[in-house]
Amino acid sequence: MRAFLAIVGRDLRLGLRQGGDMLTLVLFFVIVATVLPFAIGPDRSLLARLAPAIVWVAALLAQLLSNERLFKSDFADGTLDVLRHGALPLEAVVAAKMLGHWILTGLPIIAATPILALMLGMDGTALGLAAFSLLLGTPALVAFGAVGAAVTVGLKRGGLVAPVLVLPLSLPVLIFGTGAMAPMVPGASGQAFLLLAALALAAVALIPFAAAAALRIAGE
Amino acid sequence: MPETGLKVEDLVLVRGGQPILAGVGFELPPGEALEVRGPNGSGKSSLLLALAGLIGLQSGRIDWTGGGEETENRTLLHYLGHKPAVRAGLTVAENLSFWADVLGATRENVAEGLAAAGLAAIGGLDAGILSAGQTRRLALARLVAVPRPVWLLDEPTSALDIEGARWVGRLIAKHLSAGGIAVVATHLDIDYGDGCGARRLVLDRRA
Repeated sequence: MRAFLAIVGRDLRLGLRQGGDMLTLVLFFVIVATVLPFAIGPDRSLLARLAPAIVWVAALLAQLLSNERLFKSDFADGTLDVLRHGALPLEAVVAAKMLGHWILTGLPIIAATPILALMLGMDGTALGLAAFSLLLGTPALVAFGAVGAAVTVGLKRGGLVAPVLVLPLSLPVLIFGTGAMAPMVPGASGQAFLLLAALALAAVALIPFAAAAALRIAGE
Repeated sequence: MPETGLKVEDLVLVRGGQPILAGVGFELPPGEALEVRGPNGSGKSSLLLALAGLIGLQSGRIDWTGGGEETENRTLLHYLGHKPAVRAGLTVAENLSFWADVLGATRENVAEGLAAAGLAAIGGLDAGILSAGQTRRLALARLVAVPRPVWLLDEPTSALDIEGARWVGRLIAKHLSAGGIAVVATHLDIDYGDGCGARRLVLDRRA
């Protein structure tokens, strides 16, 4: 447990010291959501109807942008090699890194949701649904991103490959995330929330094994 | 620190479709070191990677003895490769404390490790501004901060000054006298001090 916390703590410390990364991420999230209304037009009711889609697309893109650094520098400076001889199995190391990454990227996005709500004309209920669906969905996004980052960690220019791998995997999150925010059909929102939670739990539980396997191969 | 021996039989390594090592074998009882020599590309680093479990074997066996049932191999050994595993953005002391935590040791030896590496005075400095030699020293400080019986060292004295190279020699000698083992790939002669030497394994290019 001490080793697990040490990895999370180290990643948080590194992330917060280079606080610019986090601010860039939040700005990116907000800007994507700002740009889309310009393309759609100033129809407030249309915007409010599209708000779930806009929030989730912005979150997905912001998450994609940040995934690359999950393992890259640890791979480059040899940290991953040494981590493999640590007290923890590599799967637990990956889980610790995912937790740290979610705190650094998922939480700021959720915290910035009220700004989007303001711009997209969402009411209090919609904002609550948006924040809650992001809270359930971002761990799954981080998990899928971790697979992409692990598979492409050895590539010199994995920057574009990883999103191409990760986007199709993230589709179910997008579908249930937006579904949870659009309570058009009674009961549908609750079911979407349950499916989103199930998806996130399964992804977070299983993906460390896949990502660890990919990292082992990358080390060869 | 559990006493550990190493026995390697008929090791065959293939990397990138290219045979690297063919039929390498040696035995290392507790308290002894093996110096791996050979020209560039002769497979020294690959041998260490294989011993560290970081690359797969084509065939052959690597047996660790004396580790006990519940101890997993990975917690017995230190692998020190070309990459230092030193992170910029953390201070020198934070780097070493992190490794003490993650490698499952207490932090009581961290200060000793920094002092042994000659980095005690700059423990609060960002590790990103260290010179190549200082970075290497910080990597080597892990050996002191986290006691483990097996050391796999790839060119441990590269980038070090003469005094630093002597320190590495003394460090290895002390480790051996405490019953540890070490496999050292090196081009440079390492001075282990009086009455202490290492077995040699010379790899030639055709292996």
